[in-house]
Amino acid sequence: MKLALGPLLYFWTKEEVLNFYAEMAQNPAIEIIYVGEVVCSRRQQMRTADWVGLARDLTDAGKEVVVSAQALLESESDLKAMRRLIDELAENPGCSIEANDLGAVNLVQGGKPFVAGPHLNIYNEETLATYARYGMKRWVPPLEADRKLIDLLHKSRPAGVETEVFVFGKLPLAFSARCFTARHYNLNKDDCQFKCLDHPEGMTLKTREGQAFLCINGIQTMSAQSYNLLGEVATMREMGIDIIRVSPQPKYTTEIVAAFDAARRGELTSAAASTNPAWNSEGLVDGYWFGDAGIVQRNGQAVAELQGA
Amino acid sequence: MDRSALPDLVCPAGSLPALKTAVDNGADAVYLGFKNDTNARNFAGLNFDQKTMVEGIRYAHGKGCEVLMAINTFPQPGRTADWRAAVDAAADMGVDAIILADVGLLDYARNRHPNQRLHLSVQGSATSYEAINFAHREFGVRRAVLPRVLTLAQVEHVIKNTPVEIEVFGFGSLCVMNEGRCWLSSYACGESPNTVGACSPAKYVKWDKKPGEMETRLNGILIDRFADNEPAGYPTLCKGRFDVQGETYYALEEPTSLNVLEILPEIVKIGVKAIKVEGRQRSPAYVTQVTRTLRAALDALANESERYHVKPTWQAELSKVSEGNQATLGAYNRPWR
Repeated sequence: MKLALGPLLYFWTKEEVLNFYAEMAQNPAIEIIYVGEVVCSRRQQMRTADWVGLARDLTDAGKEVVVSAQALLESESDLKAMRRLIDELAENPGCSIEANDLGAVNLVQGGKPFVAGPHLNIYNEETLATYARYGMKRWVPPLEADRKLIDLLHKSRPAGVETEVFVFGKLPLAFSARCFTARHYNLNKDDCQFKCLDHPEGMTLKTREGQAFLCINGIQTMSAQSYNLLGEVATMREMGIDIIRVSPQPKYTTEIVAAFDAARRGELTSAAASTNPAWNSEGLVDGYWFGDAGIVQRNGQAVAELQGA
Repeated sequence: MDRSALPDLVCPAGSLPALKTAVDNGADAVYLGFKNDTNARNFAGLNFDQKTMVEGIRYAHGKGCEVLMAINTFPQPGRTADWRAAVDAAADMGVDAIILADVGLLDYARNRHPNQRLHLSVQGSATSYEAINFAHREFGVRRAVLPRVLTLAQVEHVIKNTPVEIEVFGFGSLCVMNEGRCWLSSYACGESPNTVGACSPAKYVKWDKKPGEMETRLNGILIDRFADNEPAGYPTLCKGRFDVQGETYYALEEPTSLNVLEILPEIVKIGVKAIKVEGRQRSPAYVTQVTRTLRAALDALANESERYHVKPTWQAELSKVSEGNQATLGAYNRPWR
């Protein structure tokens, strides 16, 4: 079982991004690193050339590098950026693309094998097989998928296709043309003043009785809580899941990676004891895996009890 | 204006009475679904069984109205046969087009029913001509319904770069999220449009009357709270009021309806092939009102062309059935851009 660092979902300064990846490049537990801007085309601290350069550096550091495509492609400039990315990556033989919509699939198809990201909506065996015919080498199940779905599709996967499961991080739940961060500040999207930079892990959206529910991250709406499947990695090993994905955090990424690294090696005695509640102060959830509402905490409950005791 | 340049008016039929009134009031096409989770408006009491479907198709075709069948959820693992059976049944019944979202099902429909006209559902999340041209080349898709995220200029750009007909939403509840890629509902209650064909399903909704106020909840999560003098809206979870950094407001979207009457001439001019009315979950009265009004507007455009203007009576009729009694042009003009 390999360990992957998913694409950065937040907007950080270029210096923060480069420092973060410089540290991750040195982490031997991480085999695969996804880079690239997946949320908003206005986030240009890192330009296409910067991401391509970073991809090269990480490849040189011995990582398998995948560049993730922006999930919501709207304008011609979005498409142009995508084409440029594909062209420039053609010169980096070890590097592939994660497609997150049909447009990206159209652009990468016929080229190098691609990764089907979580937003491609692969819910059944036939769709998985269809994408494999177009050159998919790896797939990430929809984030709302439960264990049964993942297990069934994983067992049905065409030869050579790997399954990668999102195991830690706030869940990217929805995309909009509208920017909710700009909306919060009464700014127009085209004059957003890059407010996302002030929120390195988004802004929590609470109900009117104070329950943390969602997280505003520009045009993306995320879960307020972090998905945490540390306690399920052993089951994933039995299922034969090929890769587990940890989503980058402004803090604790190294500690989280270490916990999941221990888990995939079978060296974790207690997932609950190895979980640090500070990983997300709004809570850790695992409902989707068990076929529940995403916000439900099953093992999270055990963590709270253990650490409250 | 040449009437043949007018886009088709595509109206929702959540039931046989809704279908009949849409046909009678000037719809060029109706769209509908089976009574199960193969379509994205899978609500109790809605949709068609075999018998009403046959009757509905006969009624529509008898009056020259097309029937489009929505099979636009994602087949659930191990149950693909149910969705394939729906596609087979739709083809056998002679519908004019099948509206699909799932790539595997598109592939099946293309191979099994090569002569069947296929449309790409809004749930297919195709927001660029690259996505639409992929569906065209690989599955022979002839029309795509665009998600409600593009500006009018972006819609025009798509039309110029694809041989596929483009259908856009013209009226109805507004999804502010890119359709087909929104899991907010399942995060709150475990069921989403992609899996069960419903957002914020009624069985998880609780209307909690308290002294002086009404609380609306979805699976226990407070979506909004209304004073007695405020109309309490259905708790669609993206349209509630929430607290962000100490400020309580419609953090994602106000309860509002999309209404394109104002920009109808532009929509027609850029070559949109069909205008869709949202609302299979709404009553036949809603369908009557909206179909009649949009038909009148389209006819006025054909007859008056340059002199077209939005009549106050149309807006008055539509505002009666608008969510939150408010209307917006949504992403088409992006006041928030």
